[in-house]
Amino acid sequence: MAKVVLVLGDDVSTDDIYPGRFMATVLPSETPQYAFADHTAFNARLKASQVPPGSVIVAGENFGCGSSREQAASTLQGHELVVVARSFARIFLQNAINLGLKVVVAPGVEAAEGDELEVAAAAVVNHTRGKTFAMTPLPRARQAIIDAGGLIAYTRSLIIRAR
Amino acid sequence: MGMTVVQKILARAAGRASVEVGDVVEPAVDLAMSHENAALVINQFFEVYKGAGLEPRVWDPSRIAIIFDHRVPAESSKTANNQKKVREFVAQQGIAKFRDIRGDEGGICHQVLPESGWVRPGSVVVGTDSHTTTHGALGAFGFGIGATEMASVWALGVALNVEVPATIQVLVNGRLAGFVSPKDLVLHLIGRLTAQGANFKAIEYHGDTIRLMSTSGRLVLCNMAVEAGATSGIVPADSETLRYLREETGVRDEIEVVAPDPDAVYGQVVEVDASSLEPQVACPHAVDNVKPVTAVAGTRIDQVVIGSCTNGRLEDLAVAARILRGKKVARGVRVLVFPASWRVYRDAMNGGHLAALSDAGALIMNPGCGCCLGIHQGALGDGEVALSSTNRNFKGRMGNPKAEVYLCSPAVAAASALTGVITDPR
Repeated sequence: MAKVVLVLGDDVSTDDIYPGRFMATVLPSETPQYAFADHTAFNARLKASQVPPGSVIVAGENFGCGSSREQAASTLQGHELVVVARSFARIFLQNAINLGLKVVVAPGVEAAEGDELEVAAAAVVNHTRGKTFAMTPLPRARQAIIDAGGLIAYTRSLIIRAR
Repeated sequence: MGMTVVQKILARAAGRASVEVGDVVEPAVDLAMSHENAALVINQFFEVYKGAGLEPRVWDPSRIAIIFDHRVPAESSKTANNQKKVREFVAQQGIAKFRDIRGDEGGICHQVLPESGWVRPGSVVVGTDSHTTTHGALGAFGFGIGATEMASVWALGVALNVEVPATIQVLVNGRLAGFVSPKDLVLHLIGRLTAQGANFKAIEYHGDTIRLMSTSGRLVLCNMAVEAGATSGIVPADSETLRYLREETGVRDEIEVVAPDPDAVYGQVVEVDASSLEPQVACPHAVDNVKPVTAVAGTRIDQVVIGSCTNGRLEDLAVAARILRGKKVARGVRVLVFPASWRVYRDAMNGGHLAALSDAGALIMNPGCGCCLGIHQGALGDGEVALSSTNRNFKGRMGNPKAEVYLCSPAVAAASALTGVITDPR
């Protein structure tokens, strides 16, 4: 069970998640400070460590649309956030899986800030509202990468096997 | 069952006779492109090899392209250090398709790759940039990936676990009216499909309008396919593709043309009557918030941007120069021109376009991406409005979340530069 800390609408762009003006910063160890930098109150809470790991962002359709910048995934991963969205844009979804950011597709999800959410095996449960939302499985093409704990470990296993 | 162009390309690259939508394949990569974010790719590449007991070597240095374009010249020591790190890696790995910061070659990656003859019909092109869809204009399958995924490509030479996308056929017929351009066509299409209408799908362009369109225009259509969420945009290669590669890039070796099967299966067909199109404008803060220019004419603007990977080619600068020649940009409006490459810059200079733009009061900038995404010059002030021939208008895009960006064609941008308000060029 975790708290919903941010609720967003459709078409949240990577410019919104990680503004372009911070893109010269690339390393996953350095990107977390700029997460949702233009959502100043939320960014301040993140930086003050007031958002516990596992906290949930709930969004509408096409979360992460736009740029391929991987910072948009690493900046959220750095805070160990979970993103539950009605759908994700392709490149963001792939980046998230590659880096091990927890993403959940729940096409009907409804939540408000402060709600208690549980990501169960096959559904998302909003305990505050007493509602359960079905989950769509992530693209099956990506399952092996998820199982390996991310793309770096997966690719490393492939080059070792090919040696 | 017949295959679309993308299916055919993926089947061949994966060494299979055929593929179906939803199949998972590992296509061999023909060209792997990065820009300044190669600094992050390099970091992740070394992470992959950490503890593997193998020397980190890229699979094929001749298939890797690295083009500095996002922050040229460096705006900060941080960027300068990233660029330095990339240069060292390029030298160490023997990467020849590298374009550094100089005025006799290079420019924006999505122009440099095509104009260098590096993109071929039927090839698989991946790039750490979402607008890698651009390269579909030459009949290639081009798609954007993240930096860690590129590190994996550098190590293995294949794109891992690619799901064969369904294809939307966009059928365009009719002749575009004067001052109506491929940009207006693609903005109209994005408005219809919405920002997510093509998510996880490919867009294949067909019809008389496309057949008669220059490669320059096709690059615009494929560049912006990603704004409808598409994995890739593609124009099947034809005689114009061959003309472009032979005449404009100097390719001499054999070029194989990959065409879709006549009985290819499309998930959706969208028809567009090009002859009825007006100039289009995408309004803040979404690329699919598209209206005819007449609906927003009169909106006051502070900055005009002409150029970028979307609309910084010779024919774009020529139309802008034609509108501005002998006239003056309105007082209070800043006009920034970003040619797509140094070759375009030189051609526009020799053709007199840059002189006409400069005489009118426009600033001729060096080729680069920075202004479009608010990372290098041309940032907006609070409450300011930009009208731009670039490809995105998300909140904060041009460096300031309290500003607004409208997207349009070079003709609308140039006509509006003269008046200081959004203006129909017709």
